[in-house]
Amino acid sequence: MIAEWTGKIANFALTLLIVTAYGLFMTAFIERIIAKVQGRIGIPYWQPVINILKNFFKRTAVSHGYMFYLGPVFRIAGGIGTLAFIPVIYGSETFSNFSMAGDLFLVIYFMFFGQLGMALGAGESGHPYSAIGIARGLSQMTAYEVPFALAVISIVIQYDTLSITEIVAAQQGGWQNWTVFTNWVATLAAMLAFLGMTGYSPFDIFLAPQEIPIGPPTEFHSAYLSFMSLNRALFGATKLVLFMNLFFGGATGLIELMIKTWLIYMVAIVVGVAFPRFRVDQAIRFFFKIPTLIGIMSIVYAQMMLTS
Amino acid sequence: MIKSLSTEDTLENSGLSAEEQQLFCNARPKAYEPYPIKAVEDFANWARANSLWILAFGTGCGAIELRPLMTARFDANRFGVAGRPTPRQSSVFVIGGYASVKTLKRIIRSYEQMQGPKFVICLGICPVNGGMYFDSYNTINQFDLYLPVDLYITGCMPRPEVLVAGIMELQKKIKQGRCDGANRYVENFDWYKANQKKVIKNWDMPDYNW
Repeated sequence: MIAEWTGKIANFALTLLIVTAYGLFMTAFIERIIAKVQGRIGIPYWQPVINILKNFFKRTAVSHGYMFYLGPVFRIAGGIGTLAFIPVIYGSETFSNFSMAGDLFLVIYFMFFGQLGMALGAGESGHPYSAIGIARGLSQMTAYEVPFALAVISIVIQYDTLSITEIVAAQQGGWQNWTVFTNWVATLAAMLAFLGMTGYSPFDIFLAPQEIPIGPPTEFHSAYLSFMSLNRALFGATKLVLFMNLFFGGATGLIELMIKTWLIYMVAIVVGVAFPRFRVDQAIRFFFKIPTLIGIMSIVYAQMMLTS
Repeated sequence: MIKSLSTEDTLENSGLSAEEQQLFCNARPKAYEPYPIKAVEDFANWARANSLWILAFGTGCGAIELRPLMTARFDANRFGVAGRPTPRQSSVFVIGGYASVKTLKRIIRSYEQMQGPKFVICLGICPVNGGMYFDSYNTINQFDLYLPVDLYITGCMPRPEVLVAGIMELQKKIKQGRCDGANRYVENFDWYKANQKKVIKNWDMPDYNW
């Protein structure tokens, strides 16, 4: 029993390391692609790692009270918790993590968890820009979670299971079995929600780098910030793995994982460089209109598929 | 002999009313020793040098030379330079040319909110000796009386190329461990404060902005 759990935890630590490193690398890679579009060379590949180290090695840090610590702690706990219940590579003992029968529910809960912790921490900092960023971020999150939840309900109906491993297993045996082809309506709703989740333009109002300095993390610095940027890389990669598992047939190897997640990420990037920013009320209205309707349609579609 | 601002370890915050004094921290800043193991300190300095976040606070006419750094022509991102809109997260303060007394107050406030180690670059001739504003009633002549400076880039105005060269020179200095402006500021705190209060007449902020 103990040996089994030690092995599982060691495997999870390895997965955590690989996914974080991959997330950091991909951040730099995407930055370089954007730089190339703008005719620049862009940051070195290891720049995100250096930034994290630099912030960690800062000599001073100012605290704003106990709740202030909870921001980065809840944030990274949310990131690790989300990854812990997602099978990263299908059919691999090492990368299956703590996947179990109802993990899809737990993962969706954990995705909220980090954001709420961040809201507590940033609220404690007392900076008005943090409060504005949090208000915008939480309202946008409420809006994009609706189509995402509807799409998830649709594929739960379709596959009749709440286990991510079983959802991936049902998509094996060729590209025609992937959810994106069997239930494209749900995939469309989820991908529109994904644009909101990644926080690129047109849905980057809560970070708004020019008007409200950088939104919620305005007051976070030094080691707090290094934890938060570490989580940004980890959580970003985790979300991509989740989307790949639910809609794009999962992965059976690391190379397949990298290619698929990179392509999913590029959807957000291409939309991001092409479209200007929505105001927060426009973003909420957008999510509550078209993607939500598509989400409701996807449930009807899944039900029709099941009965026919 | 400079009169010490404080008795023991707290600051007086005499510029504030009794009501406001309770709202601000009155602790004295402390100097920080480098890591005892030299290899760790060298590694930390290497990371600090390769990730310079510049505070996006244009303090004079020279701030216009900062903007092109991010464009395709100069692309300072290559050297790990990025702009940060909040002093909490930035590590480099570029004083863009002349600093009027009114701006100096804001510069001090922003500088003290930055987390150490922090570096100051003075751009142009004005922070060195006043430049063409040497006899102006509202412009300070010698910037390093008020804040510790790590690097001067002279000229009127220096072009962005020179600024990039200056940033690379700053990286070299940081890697050698010669940029300890934050510690110098703390060690000579009373002297710097006396100088600052001499020119800023309406001192209505805490003695150290935590």
